Amino acid sequence: MGVCYTCPTMPKSPAPDDIRDVTCPFCGLACDDLVIGVSGERLAVRANGCAISIPAFEASPPAKTTPQIAGRDATLAQAAAEAARLLRDAREPLFAGLGTDVAGARAIARLAERCGGNLDHMNSPATMRNMLALQDRGWITTTLAEVRNRADLLVVAGSDIGRRFPRFYERCLANRETLFAEDRRCEIVFLGSALPEGMPRQEPPPRLLPCDPSRLHEAAGVLRALVAGRTLQASEAAGAPIGAWRELADRMLAARYGVLAWAAADFDLPHAELAVLALCELVRDLNRTTRFSGLPLGGSDGDVTADAVHLWQTGFASRTGYGRGYPEYDPYHLSGTRLLARGEVDVLVWVSAFDPARGPPASAAPAVVLGRAGMIFEQEPAVFIPEGTPGVDHAGHLFRTDRVIALPLRRLRPSALPSVADAVAAIEQVL
Amino acid sequence: MLLKLKGGKVYDPANGVNGEVRDLYLRDGRIVAEPGGDVRVDREYDLTGRVVMAGGIDLHTHIGGGKMNLARAMLPEDHRADPVRRTGVTRASCGHAAPGTLAAGYRYAAMGYTSCFEPAILPVNARQAHLEMGDTPIVDKGGYAMLGSDDFLLRLLAAGEDQALINDYVAWTLHATRCIAIKVVNPGGISAFKFNQRKLDLDEPHTFYGVTPRDIIRVLTRAVHELGVPHPLHVHGSNLGVPGNVDTTLATISAAEGLPIHLTHVQFHAYGTEGDRAFSSGAARVAEAVNRHANVSCDVGQLMFGPTVTASGDSMAQYRNAPHGRPRKAIVMDIECDAGCGVVPFRYRDRNFVNALQWAIGLELFLLIADPWRVFLTTDHPNGAPFTSYPQLIRLLMDRGFRNERLAQIHPDARAMTTLGTIDREYSLYEIAILTRAGPARTLGLADHGHLGPGAAADVTVYQDQADRESMFATPEYVFKNGELVARGGEVVKVTWGRYHKVAPAFDRGIERRLGPYFERFLTMRLGNFVIAEDEMQAFGHGAELVTHPCRR
Repeated sequence: MGVCYTCPTMPKSPAPDDIRDVTCPFCGLACDDLVIGVSGERLAVRANGCAISIPAFEASPPAKTTPQIAGRDATLAQAAAEAARLLRDAREPLFAGLGTDVAGARAIARLAERCGGNLDHMNSPATMRNMLALQDRGWITTTLAEVRNRADLLVVAGSDIGRRFPRFYERCLANRETLFAEDRRCEIVFLGSALPEGMPRQEPPPRLLPCDPSRLHEAAGVLRALVAGRTLQASEAAGAPIGAWRELADRMLAARYGVLAWAAADFDLPHAELAVLALCELVRDLNRTTRFSGLPLGGSDGDVTADAVHLWQTGFASRTGYGRGYPEYDPYHLSGTRLLARGEVDVLVWVSAFDPARGPPASAAPAVVLGRAGMIFEQEPAVFIPEGTPGVDHAGHLFRTDRVIALPLRRLRPSALPSVADAVAAIEQVL
Repeated sequence: MLLKLKGGKVYDPANGVNGEVRDLYLRDGRIVAEPGGDVRVDREYDLTGRVVMAGGIDLHTHIGGGKMNLARAMLPEDHRADPVRRTGVTRASCGHAAPGTLAAGYRYAAMGYTSCFEPAILPVNARQAHLEMGDTPIVDKGGYAMLGSDDFLLRLLAAGEDQALINDYVAWTLHATRCIAIKVVNPGGISAFKFNQRKLDLDEPHTFYGVTPRDIIRVLTRAVHELGVPHPLHVHGSNLGVPGNVDTTLATISAAEGLPIHLTHVQFHAYGTEGDRAFSSGAARVAEAVNRHANVSCDVGQLMFGPTVTASGDSMAQYRNAPHGRPRKAIVMDIECDAGCGVVPFRYRDRNFVNALQWAIGLELFLLIADPWRVFLTTDHPNGAPFTSYPQLIRLLMDRGFRNERLAQIHPDARAMTTLGTIDREYSLYEIAILTRAGPARTLGLADHGHLGPGAAADVTVYQDQADRESMFATPEYVFKNGELVARGGEVVKVTWGRYHKVAPAFDRGIERRLGPYFERFLTMRLGNFVIAEDEMQAFGHGAELVTHPCRR
């Protein structure tokens, strides 16, 4: 059975004190129109939820909220002191995960610098695919409201957007009424091996250009050549006949406001940044005669937030280290995964306040975990400070996938859990 | 704690003080009158022979917001070239053209500036701008909210809605974004570009809405004036960078219909089409117009040679300029039916004819505009040059010999096209104090900044009086912020967090009955979440105070 990605829940006896206009922090869309009912510590999504937000908001409140030192209960002050002790002696601390809100990201940046450590977000294998392309050539992109109002063609490059961002189609393409038209129809073309389940039921229906998603850079190259009016010798590219690409190129050139969307997290291929680069250059080429924009989709677990905060403070995002007293960025050597694999980490500080399933990687180094309360570990961390979830247990701010929108997050229920910023402050006090 | 700054030569144009030797007293963050004889001075600074001014105020500098962060992301090589080490007092950061906010705040403070204003805040991006300014240490800050390519305003205009409604929307925007002034960038043009319109002259209709940039300027200058917002509409005009745009600039002045108007980075808007290369200086015509029209003020946006990055809301112009960038990479964004942005790096060279003439045009503007109260010193950081070039710019204005030496080194054809070599004028310290302190404070309505009279904020900069004005202004001897010593000899010695400055003109809340459904039908954020709450600002700014300045009505 197909999964319906856009399933606003039937209100469960809506209560007058339901909280409206709640921002959901659990994917990069940061939908801010949720209606949440609160009963003690229990939450219910009354309206505008989805397959990701409903389980995330409605998860049972965590049973264990006490900080732990090597699996034994401790106070926050004791856990902070133990974390500080580990960090004081550390020469190569790694601050990773980085799943937190703006205040948490600010706090971690300050702590990492003070400890001379390295910083890398858990999603950087995906986000670097975009970052490297951006650093090489820049790009032309757009934001969600522009898509909602202008897009007459959406090309989705090899990504099941609906799985990662369930309400994307509902919020950006299902609307017929726009600022400029009463009956906007946006064509959707999906590049990949099969149409994902749950694509919107709309007119015209989304269509598939069957091709090999691992050869998207080839597809982009061919499209660029066709858009530039070149004659191609090849009869196929990326597993599709040239005629199919020619038809798509013509459709892209004829768009009034075309959008090319992708989720870098889905580009799990070698040198994926080259595929992203090729797609961005295709978008740039199309702008010679019409308006076309890329839409890089990401932003889960606070990855856009962590990068944004560190960028503005220091000029660099993930994969940056303070070993020499100033920020140094190295996308290859300062990958957290690589550092751990090579044993170049003596203390791992793992931050992950949104998703209890995203716990610390296996590590020989002792781990200080600032993780969402309820997180379960295969390997008992040296220190575990259970965190409140931003936008649920405490207020804060989060950046949306399109990077330039920061949404307010609210405290929805009473909670004694510290925020990441609180936990870091406690550690810094005794460091 | 009572501080006495003794015996310095005070330049305080707002109070008519021109180099008089005077003592200053600082207490509780304010300048105070000389206290009675028996009051104990806690600390005295001997400023004999020093030059004393209020802290510098930069009224147009891109220090915060999405486009600057995009610039930072795109230019790791800029940061690698300029690392800023952690010290016992300051945090690590880096960057030259697109510095981290931490480096930017430290450098501004060390250079004697105590207030900085981000001039291009997209309302939908205001949180990020205030967060970035909040993470800019020491200096006071504020922002100008961009309108004029937002679909809400364009719809109001196209529907012929009346000025009162537009005024309410403008005031609501200032309220929602916690800003101090209104900015317009390429009026209607950022929107037009989204419709594939590639240029938009002042009297050219927007392809969808049918309104012209002139219409937009007319209603926004009126709104700002009728709301009593101190600072005039801050205008980044149509046709930025286009040869011949001097005509657009003069026509833009007429669009204000006599109401106050501020033309920003006017150097980029002062180009003619004469000569073999169809690029010439229009500075004399612009200066003459500024001199003639008392309702016009401007900041120059001086270009200085070296690598930098241009980050602007003007996506139309930036897309057009991208092929000229060095290195060859550029970002352009369409943003939320609000505005857009573009980021293009440049390397301005004195051996490049166009860059050399742009440099000369900026200086011509400074030297030909007569009233120092209506021209302000900016490089449109970082678009003309990073703000760290201000000391050299000051020297160029004050030292004709240095200026002519520099002029002798530029592309000879550019030198032939400028009258700069014939202009003898040299700015005095008093005039520099107007351009960099007193004037900006007055135009922004900051009654207790930019001067050193009793009651003023104790933001004081002390310079050694050196013949080399660049060295003098690059390294103030002492910088006080709110009465605390924050920098000495070019180094930050104490990190504080400055205040936010804003205005809050009254408006009819009925506008929200229009905005609510508009947001629901068309946008991807709820109206309630769009408006920034005051306690958010405090969190953004590390406990920063939010100061609301009065409007004139």
